[in-house]
Amino acid sequence: MTNDWVDIKNADVILVMGGNPAEAHPCGFKWVIEAKVKKKARLVVVDPRFTRTASVADLYAPIRPGTDIAFLGGVIRFLLAGDKIHLDYVKAYTNAPFLINPSCVFEDGLFTGYDGEKRRYDKSTWIYQTDKDGYARVDPTLSDPNCVFQRMKKHYERYTPEMVERVCGTPKDKFLKVCELVASTGVPHRTMTSLYALGWTQHSVGSQNIRSIAMIQLLLGNMGMSGGGVNALRGHSNIQGLTDLGLLSNSLPGYLTLPNDDDEQLKTYLERRTLKPLRPGQLSYWSNYPKFFVSLMKSWYGAAATKENDFAYSYLPKVDAPYDVLRVVELMSQGKVNGYVCQGFNALASFPDKPKVAAGLARLKYLVVIDPLATETSEFWQNYGEFNDVDPAKIETEVFRLPSSCFAEEDGSLVSSARWLQWHWKAAEPPGEAKGDPEIVGELFSRIRQLYAKDGGAFADPILKLTWSYRITSSPHPEELAREYNGQALADVPDPKQPGAFLARAGEQLATFAVLQADGTTACGCWIFAGCYTPAGNQMARRDNADPSGLGIFPAWSWAWPANRRILYNRASCDPHGTPYDPSRKLIWWNGQKWVGNDVPDFKVDSAPAEGMDPFIMNAEGVARLWAPAMAEGPFPEHYEPFDTPLPKNPFGKALNNPAARVFPGDAKAFGKPDEFPCVATTYRLTEHFHFWTKHARIPAVLQPQAFVELSEGLARKKGLKSGDLVVVKSKRGSLKAKALVTRRLPTLVIEGKEVEVVGLPIHWGFTGQTKKGFLTNTLTPPVGDANIQTPEYKAFLVSVEKA
Amino acid sequence: MNVTRRGFLKLTASGIGATSVAALGFSHRRALADVRLFKLTQTSETRNTCPYCSVGCGVIVYGLGDRAKNARTNIVHLEGDPDHPVNRGTLCPKGASLLDFVNSPSRLRFPEYRAPGTSEWKRVSWEFAFDRIARLMKEDRDRNFVAKNAKGQTVNRWTSTAFLAASASSNEAGYIFQKVVRALGGVCFDNQARV
Repeated sequence: MTNDWVDIKNADVILVMGGNPAEAHPCGFKWVIEAKVKKKARLVVVDPRFTRTASVADLYAPIRPGTDIAFLGGVIRFLLAGDKIHLDYVKAYTNAPFLINPSCVFEDGLFTGYDGEKRRYDKSTWIYQTDKDGYARVDPTLSDPNCVFQRMKKHYERYTPEMVERVCGTPKDKFLKVCELVASTGVPHRTMTSLYALGWTQHSVGSQNIRSIAMIQLLLGNMGMSGGGVNALRGHSNIQGLTDLGLLSNSLPGYLTLPNDDDEQLKTYLERRTLKPLRPGQLSYWSNYPKFFVSLMKSWYGAAATKENDFAYSYLPKVDAPYDVLRVVELMSQGKVNGYVCQGFNALASFPDKPKVAAGLARLKYLVVIDPLATETSEFWQNYGEFNDVDPAKIETEVFRLPSSCFAEEDGSLVSSARWLQWHWKAAEPPGEAKGDPEIVGELFSRIRQLYAKDGGAFADPILKLTWSYRITSSPHPEELAREYNGQALADVPDPKQPGAFLARAGEQLATFAVLQADGTTACGCWIFAGCYTPAGNQMARRDNADPSGLGIFPAWSWAWPANRRILYNRASCDPHGTPYDPSRKLIWWNGQKWVGNDVPDFKVDSAPAEGMDPFIMNAEGVARLWAPAMAEGPFPEHYEPFDTPLPKNPFGKALNNPAARVFPGDAKAFGKPDEFPCVATTYRLTEHFHFWTKHARIPAVLQPQAFVELSEGLARKKGLKSGDLVVVKSKRGSLKAKALVTRRLPTLVIEGKEVEVVGLPIHWGFTGQTKKGFLTNTLTPPVGDANIQTPEYKAFLVSVEKA
Repeated sequence: MNVTRRGFLKLTASGIGATSVAALGFSHRRALADVRLFKLTQTSETRNTCPYCSVGCGVIVYGLGDRAKNARTNIVHLEGDPDHPVNRGTLCPKGASLLDFVNSPSRLRFPEYRAPGTSEWKRVSWEFAFDRIARLMKEDRDRNFVAKNAKGQTVNRWTSTAFLAASASSNEAGYIFQKVVRALGGVCFDNQARV
C-alpha cells in the first residue's frame, strides 16, 4: 500500500476492483465503512461477481475476468477526452510533458521492436528524447505530438465505452457512471483510493493492470494524498516483508537485485543500477545504490568483504534467467532440479497446473518441507483416491517433514500491507519437538558449513565466511537478526556537514539509512528497514496508538518502512510551492526553512520549493511515469486476452495474448479453446477460510466444510443443474468435482454479441485437514504468468461444467 | 419457600439485588449463584499479530500459566487487541478462531521421513533429519554448482536445488533464510508473493 488501512477513512471515492476486501480483509474493510458513514464516501465495485464488497457498494459494475485494462483504458480515455484531470498535478508531477523518441510507435497491437520468435521486445527505441547534457526533453505545454500526454491520448482513443461494453461485458451506462464517480476526484480537495488484490495481479497482464490504475491516480492527482494512493491489499501476513527482504529469485534485500551474468565486475553492476537524474536538479535516490549494496555485503561477509575483493562481489550468485516458480516446475519436470526445500509454502496447492507440479515433485531426489501443518505438498506421494491419484511405489523422492512453530510460539516481526513492521511476542512453546524457523535454518546451515570446513567442496568461501556471530550458533535469536538487518556502524561515520561530529559511532545501531556508506564503514542487511532497531531500541515493538493529526497516521505505533513514513510520495500532496492541495488533510508542508508535517516527509527535507526538485524522488525523472519503458509488454498498458480466452481474436489489435508473456515449449498445448471449454472461470477466497490453512482449524472447517462451484442461474438452466448437485469442472489441464451453488451473484455476460458464463471457484479445499476432502483448484489453472513478474494467471481461464 | 425461575427473575427485576436474595431465606443456594471466576483471570497476556491476511490485526494471546521457568504455557484463548489502531479489537471469522489453528490436529509434532517408494511416514530424530538433509544438499551442490557459464563468465550459482519461503514467517526467519540461500549460491528461490 502506498497509504495505510486507517487512511482509507479519508477517501471520497473508494474503487474496489481486483479484490474483495469485505471477505478477504474484513477488519481492514471496516475503514471503507467508516468513510461511507462519516465522510459520505462513495464505494464503487467492479468485479465479475456481485461480492460481499459489492453488496455494500453505492455502485456495482460487472466485468469479464481478464479485461481490466480494457475497462481502465476506457476510464483513461474518459478522463482525457473530457478534460477531467488534475492538470497542474499532471504537468508538474508526471512525465506527461516528456518527449518520446518518435521512432517508438504502436501499431496493430504491438510496440516497436517485437521479436515473435523470442516473444520479447527490443526496447532500444523506447526512450526519451534527450538534450546535449543527456537530460530528457520536455514540452510544458503538452502539445508536442510526441510528448507522453499526446501519445497517451492517442493510444487510448480506441478505448471507447462501446468497446468496453463489447470486450468487458460491462453495460455502457454502468461503465459511464463509474467513470463519472472516478472523475469527480480530479480536483485538489477530493481523493479516490484504489483497493486491489490478487484479482489484478494473477493475470498474464497483471503488472499492467496495476500500471493502469497508477496512471489514473496520477491523472487525478491522487498519489501522495491522504485518502488516495494505489493500495495493494497483500494476501498473506508477511509476503510484504519477505518481498522487502528480497526472497524472490532475482532479488536482494531492499529491492536491490542479484547481478546478471553480464555484470561481471562490481563496477558495471553498480553503474547499471546507480541511476543518474534524467532532469536537472532531481534527487534520483537510487543514485545511492552503492551505499545500500556495499552495506549489505558488509552485513553478510563482514571482514571478508573488502575494498580489494570488491566487497566479496563474486560470492553472490549471478542469474541468466528469472528462476521463478514456474521455471522451477518446468526444470523439475525436465529432471533438472533434484532438491526442493519448501518452508511454509504449499507448492502443490499454490502453483498452477497441479498435474505438472505433481509430476515434477515426483522427479525430485529429495524434498524438505518445513511447516507447522501437514500440507498437501508434504504428502504429494501419498494416494488420496481421486483427489491425489498417485502410486507411492513409483515415487522415488525422499521426503522430510520438519515441524515448525506458529505465530503464537515465536518472537518476531511481520510487515502488514501498510508497510508497518509490527513486533510480536512468544506466548507458548510449540507442540512436541517443533522448532522455530530461524533455528531450523540455522541448524541446517551450521551442519552444511561444518561439512564444508571438514571436507571442502564446490566454492566453499561464501559458506565458510558468512557472518555468523549469533550467541547460540545453531539458533540465531530474532532480536539478533532484527538488529542485523537494521544495521550498525562498523567505524565512526563522520558528519560531512559538521567537522568533528559523527552521524554514527562505531558499533552503534543505525538510526536511518541516510547514514549508510559505500566505503565499508556501515553494515545493513536491508536498507529500507534501517531505523527499525535503533540505539533507542526496537521501534517495531512500539505500541502508542495516539493519532495527533486525526488522519489515522499513528506515528508511534510500531514502525513503517521507509523511515517510519506512513504515506508514500507525500510531497505530492502539496503544490509545487509547498502548500498542501487540501488544507483539511495536510500531510506535510514547507515552513519556510524545511519540510515538516504530520507524516515523515518523502523528500529531501531542506530542499526549498524554489529549487525545483520534484516529488517522485525514487525515479530518475523526479516525476511519476505515465509512460513506463521498463515494462515487458510496452510503455502503455494495452488490452490482451487471457491465454484461455473465449474470443477468437482480440478486438483491440492483432496480438491475441500478451506478446511478451513466457510460454514454455511444452506448455504451448496447455491452453483451452472455447469450443471445448466455453465458460470463463475465476478463483477466489471466502471470508471463512484462509488459503489452505484454515481447513486444518475446526471452526472454519465447520463453517465452510465442502468444496463448491458458483454458477449463474443461466448456466444452471442450460445444464439442468440445481444447487447441491455434484458437477465436474474441466479445463485443458485437468478436472475436479465439487457441489454446485447456483447463484444470482454471477451474471451472464454478453461479449462480442455472445453470451458468456462466468464460473466461480473458491480455492480452499484439499486432501489434508478437517474439512471434507476436495480437489486442489489449481488442477485447472494454466501454466503461464505475467510477462514482467511471472505471477500465474489464476483469475481468468476456460472450463466446461457438466453434471457428475 | 420455592422460587421458580420466572419468579426469581421477577424478584430481581423488581429491584431486589443478588445480595438480598440470601436474606429471603435460601442462603444454601448462594454458592451456586456466585459469580464464577472470570476464565482469563489466571492467564498471561501476550501481544501478537494475526498470521492470516495482511491487515496485520493485533491479537492478544491468553496463556494458562504464569511463565514460571518449568511450567509449560497452554494457550487457551485469543482475541482482538482493543488498543490496535487498525482492528480496534475486532477479528474476522478466521482470526476469531485462531485457537483452532494453534491447536489443530494437523500440527506437526516431530520430524518425519518418507523413504523412496514407500507409502508411510516414519518418525525420526532431528539429528537424523538435519544430518541427512545437510549431506543431500552438499552432495547436490558439489555435483551441480555452476562456477562459470558457457561464455566463461563467473556466475557461482546453484540451480539444482530450489527453495521456497513462507508467506507468514517472520522477517527474522526470512532474513536468515535469504542470507543462507544466497551464501549457498541458490537462485531458484521464491516466496508466496510470486503466486
